[in-house]
Amino acid sequence: MLTKHLITLPIVIPMLAALLQLLPWGERAQYYRRIIGIVASSLTLIVAIMLVITVHTEIVVYALGSWQAPFGIVLVADKLSALMVLLTAVLALPVLIYACHGEDNLGSHFQALFQFQVLGIMGAFLTGDLFNLFVFFEILLISSYALLMHGGGKAKLRATLHYVVLNLTGSALFLISLGVLYGITGTLNMADMAGKVALLQGDDAAIARAGGMILFIVFALKSALLPLYFWLPQAYANTTGTVAALFAIMTKVGIYAIVRVFTLIFGADAGEVAFLGYGWLWWLGLLTILIGALGVLGSRDIRQVVAYLVLVSVGTMLTTLSLGHNDAISALLFYLVHSTLVTGALFLLVDMIAEQRGKTASRIVKGRKMAQHQLLGGLFFLAAITVIGIPPLSGFISKLFILEAARTGAQVAWLWPLILGATFLMMIALSRAGSRMFWHTLEGKPNDVSHPYWQHMAVVLLLLGAVALTVFAQAFSGFTSAIAEQLANPQGYISQVLDGGQHE
Amino acid sequence: METLYAITVGTLTACSVFLILRGRSFPIVIGLTMLSYAVNLFLFSTGRLIVNELPIVGASDNTTDPLPQALVLTAIVIGFAMTAYSIILAVRVRGEIGSDEVNDYNYAEQDGQR
Repeated sequence: MLTKHLITLPIVIPMLAALLQLLPWGERAQYYRRIIGIVASSLTLIVAIMLVITVHTEIVVYALGSWQAPFGIVLVADKLSALMVLLTAVLALPVLIYACHGEDNLGSHFQALFQFQVLGIMGAFLTGDLFNLFVFFEILLISSYALLMHGGGKAKLRATLHYVVLNLTGSALFLISLGVLYGITGTLNMADMAGKVALLQGDDAAIARAGGMILFIVFALKSALLPLYFWLPQAYANTTGTVAALFAIMTKVGIYAIVRVFTLIFGADAGEVAFLGYGWLWWLGLLTILIGALGVLGSRDIRQVVAYLVLVSVGTMLTTLSLGHNDAISALLFYLVHSTLVTGALFLLVDMIAEQRGKTASRIVKGRKMAQHQLLGGLFFLAAITVIGIPPLSGFISKLFILEAARTGAQVAWLWPLILGATFLMMIALSRAGSRMFWHTLEGKPNDVSHPYWQHMAVVLLLLGAVALTVFAQAFSGFTSAIAEQLANPQGYISQVLDGGQHE
Repeated sequence: METLYAITVGTLTACSVFLILRGRSFPIVIGLTMLSYAVNLFLFSTGRLIVNELPIVGASDNTTDPLPQALVLTAIVIGFAMTAYSIILAVRVRGEIGSDEVNDYNYAEQDGQR
């Protein structure tokens, strides 16, 4: 029974946990809420590992309410979905551990909102239906609106207002594109739509292209591609460390959606609408890398530096996706996992640094010594070399895979200088920030704010993920190439969804 | 009917885009509300406009499509919640910052001293 319903658990567990956390728990409410949260996140992690093991041999399709595929809503777990679910769970647990040491008290209902956010993200990864994807997007957005304001303050309020308005407009565009695609294909099931879209011709194909491109804009907004990234640095730099760390997965939701929709529905087999948007991805991705790197260099605030690092990673991933072949997608997924873990760790770390520095906070200026100076400095160094891509850790390996994926002369000529140049700029910016904050300290006794070791543990756990990626790089890149293989041949996915869901 | 419907949706969308591009939070919220109306109407029309028919296959020759109605219902619920949230947010921004300018230039100058 458990294996049959396994795929629903990553959605059900956070939901139940959040509902339980909303109950009035009496005087020590936060204590019980934390326990529920940690237990739920640990369970989700176990379930996610089981799911990855399960999808190794088959694509799991779960027809909700036993309504068969093109008519009912299905949950689908192929290798890509399972990987993303696992990544979310791996990120969420350390972030929650970190949050449980005080940050969740800054505003009300942090714990429940956190679980709702995880619920939305998991749902977006697992659903096989476009409208359902919209609904899960809304769930994760509603919780993210509230989380972004967590802790209050003017800067956060303003960033949240921009974020909310942008995303509400994005949701409207999402609905318009769904309407267009539904009007032309008569289905919202992704697998079914992939088959229907391939048969379109002439004017119908043109309308489908329009719908697909609007969808592309929506996902580009979520993943912060070039002209649509302006919300990101402000939002990520102003919110609390835990929320920013959890949001490390949010841009990846957008990237997942692009990968899923534009390989399955608008992939190689899509007839007249094949490879929709790939030309745009290439140039916009390259420009995103450039702007992100300049932003990293120009930021005067370490939180903002990390926020722009997210932007560079988004650009790198989407450019790699536009190369299109299997090795590129494999490299993209490797980089995705690496960058999520490391950015999560960096956001938590920077949060601690800002708190320990006191008045100078996260600004890159000379300041007082921190209470746990050596420890934080060491962790920052480790995280920085990983995110820049200096050997030996996962940043280096994943960038190597990406550089290898560029095949033709033109691709090499554009991709290599930009990625290596961005790496160079990141190195300058991070070494400047690190030396300013850790070496050029004022004389006198250090600040007395310190953090419990559990919080350092959370950062170490995330960085250990990066170490594990390095040690098991061979095995993991085998897994990502298997994912790329599965994405390149969507027939298996389509037939499994349309025929396999009936037996439930 | 299709023409009239299309003009209605188009006008609503155009007005909402105009309002969203204003610099103050109140017109933006109104614009977002209008945009969600326009989107709901548009979604409704994706099942083709058919008057006076049942959404049941076999009940008549020309049945209407029930799915867009379900989609619109979902979209209305979500849109309503979002509108409520954005209004509260706009009110809080007005209260805490003291201005309903979405990009307050005076504020940007003080950014460094946060």
